Amino acid sequence: MSTVMKKVDAVIVGFGWTGAIMAKELTEAGLNVVALERGPMQDTYPDGNYPQVIDELTYSVRKKLFQDVSKETVTIRHSVNDVALPNRQLGAFLPGNGVGGAGLHWSGVHFRVDPIELRIRSHYEERYGKNFIPKDMTIQDFGVSYEELEPFFDYAEKVFGTSGQAWTVNGQLVGEGRGGNPYAPDRSNPFPLESQKNTVSAQLFQKAANEVGYKPYNLPSANTSGPYTNPYGAQMGPCNFCGFCSGYVCYMYSKASPNVNILPALKPLPNFELRPDAHVIRVNLDSTKSKATGVTYIDALGREIEQPADLVILGAFQFHNVRLMLLSGIGKPYDPKTGEGVVGKNFAYQNMGTIKAYFDKEVHTNNFIGAGGNGVAIDDFNADNFDHGPHGFVGGSPMWVNQAGSRPIAGTSNPPGTPAWGSAWKKATADYYTHQVSMDAHGAHQSYRGNYLDLDPVYRDAYGQPLLRMTFDWQENDIKMNRFMMEKMGKIAEAMNPKAIALLGKKVGEHFNTASYQTTHLNGGAIMGTDPKTSALNRYLQSWDVHNVFVPGASAFPQGLGYNPTGLVAALTYWSARAIREQYLKNPGPLVQA
Amino acid sequence: MSEQDNPRREFLRKTLTLIPVVTVASTGLGGSVLMATPAAAAPAAPEPAGRTSSPAAPYEPTYFTAEEWAFLNAAVARLIPADEQGPGALEAGVPEYIDRQMHTPYASGALWFMQGPFNADAAPEMGWQSKLVPKQIYRLGIAATEALCKKVYNSTFAGLDSATRDDVLKQLEAGTPQFENVPAKMFFSFLLQNTKEGFFCDPIHGGNKGMVGWTMIGFPGARADFMDWVERNEQYPFPAVSIRGERA
Repeated sequence: MSTVMKKVDAVIVGFGWTGAIMAKELTEAGLNVVALERGPMQDTYPDGNYPQVIDELTYSVRKKLFQDVSKETVTIRHSVNDVALPNRQLGAFLPGNGVGGAGLHWSGVHFRVDPIELRIRSHYEERYGKNFIPKDMTIQDFGVSYEELEPFFDYAEKVFGTSGQAWTVNGQLVGEGRGGNPYAPDRSNPFPLESQKNTVSAQLFQKAANEVGYKPYNLPSANTSGPYTNPYGAQMGPCNFCGFCSGYVCYMYSKASPNVNILPALKPLPNFELRPDAHVIRVNLDSTKSKATGVTYIDALGREIEQPADLVILGAFQFHNVRLMLLSGIGKPYDPKTGEGVVGKNFAYQNMGTIKAYFDKEVHTNNFIGAGGNGVAIDDFNADNFDHGPHGFVGGSPMWVNQAGSRPIAGTSNPPGTPAWGSAWKKATADYYTHQVSMDAHGAHQSYRGNYLDLDPVYRDAYGQPLLRMTFDWQENDIKMNRFMMEKMGKIAEAMNPKAIALLGKKVGEHFNTASYQTTHLNGGAIMGTDPKTSALNRYLQSWDVHNVFVPGASAFPQGLGYNPTGLVAALTYWSARAIREQYLKNPGPLVQA
Repeated sequence: MSEQDNPRREFLRKTLTLIPVVTVASTGLGGSVLMATPAAAAPAAPEPAGRTSSPAAPYEPTYFTAEEWAFLNAAVARLIPADEQGPGALEAGVPEYIDRQMHTPYASGALWFMQGPFNADAAPEMGWQSKLVPKQIYRLGIAATEALCKKVYNSTFAGLDSATRDDVLKQLEAGTPQFENVPAKMFFSFLLQNTKEGFFCDPIHGGNKGMVGWTMIGFPGARADFMDWVERNEQYPFPAVSIRGERA
């Protein structure tokens, strides 16, 4: 039998970016809020203490801050005809664990969204005709526009303390010749901080991209270019490019995180409680199955605890949100055979390509210097900034040098053909470690009928619940786009005039490799939209089926973006919170009539 | 940030400003001394002056047997040999590092999802699917390699000359020998990965003694403060420091 806790107004599952934003917004509205985080308490002190945090083996290699897969993981298969196997060691993606979630160890690339990607199906059908999108590609419009979200992008940047250069502000050109992105949509305000400095690698990319005729710009970064105080009174210090960014707690208070930017404002509140080591196993529904009564979780001692609440926010990582909906019976599970059902549908990822260029000793890229959000990019092939007509694929890709800091155990790389050990390896590693540039094509990934999430029939977690199963593989459109992007980025690499180049793109027929890191940008499975037949959530991230359950996160994206997802995740969370505060609390019920 | 965190930020700034002072005193020295030392004669663990530590007593393994220890020393000395580039894995203390790792949760597979059923023959793109854990992989892999050396060369691995040891390691790397209990390729991949870890980790973990791995490639270790170096196309001049404050 569960111990039953005192009822609260709102319970939040997961304390990463979405959980922290919702906690702040709902406590501002006067609600009593409890946030349940399944991992431990974590903060800058002691988890990011200098110099202990400057430890590659403990953090990146043994994966200290990432999800504990000994307790729970996902299973993966390439098609419905395969038997799914557990992801026994983290590889392709690195979800977080503990207070701050992946927001504590992320890099900090902080984009908005290209407006056409919010209405991608409509846009492609308008420009290229109804037959351009492949039949099995299930991309959908988000159901919300850039104009509607602009104030929330703006506010999220202020909370994060984001560094960057606007192109236009309220229609006035401000960014030409200063690192602005000519493809960026209009903004209501400049970035809170100016762009960060550019590393030598980023400078090389900028020069080469200009030579090839592209339009390089400074990456928007949630690493501070100067001291900053956000609207919640949280203070940040200037980023010193320590090079221990992605995978680490920032010891400098320079990388935005829920812990640095939001938690300090929540801690003193009498109407907020953060309960770590609380692993939620289900959302409880009433007998009508149309209303949640709260959640049940396992505490640190293994006791089952029920937390009643009027409002339930699922703010866990993308695939945990989807799994909790499936485990709780919220929404109809997706069936790839019929295409019916919505929970688990439109699972999408990121379509990455990488090129490494190796230089002589007079080019000092000093790759140990780095900041996770920093760099120089081009958008000439992102979104629909070029004519897709002749190329026959859907999707775009920003390309960039984003030198986050590479460390010697996992971050050394040598020209193709170098042996993996012995004196030849040693010499190459000594010759190239500080003389190389790595650049990425960070491609959008589309959703398909056959890529989806459901519950695994065989494997279970430490609490006896079925693991989530991913059925996922690269499709023809993905390979086509990746090869196109690699060719375009190759021109930039060649213009740098390096000694050697390594091309790490996708080959025809290649399967998804679960062991090799790509990104942690997983999308979909509990998608937002305008029709309950094709989406799990309405445009305010409210469950169509259970009106007091809201599900913010990249799980709501109907497909992947060219840009990194966190900026849109944060903006959508503020957008959803505004709807809860201004509409839902006054009149609890569906915010959109089905 | 709340009020109570400010004193800590102040403390951090003070700590950081100390580093360059230390740096000036040691610029270049440590690195050049190390590089000038003939590699083969390099001491096992050069300790910076002024630090208290017991004189170089040889490390006694606590997981590996004497026979396994001999294999491990002989193998890592070939994977990262001492040569004109500088000290190798032996001088960096890689065997000590690997032995110490055998007592961590990693070596017991405790960081991995290890619930069955297992499918050890799954395609490589499905990632790790074996029920073996690093401790077992070393025990089984060393025994199988020693049996191979005994059969083919009538010698222990450590008793072979360098060229023959390289040849055996290349066979393991290619997965040529069909070992009964552990795939040769799997054993080799752990041996190589852990050797590189031990060569490049912070010395706090028992490897990279004297920061020889970092010095070889120009990694400054725990300095982690490059505000003034971001935009400069020049060699970073300061030697590495470790978490414990040692200087290369």
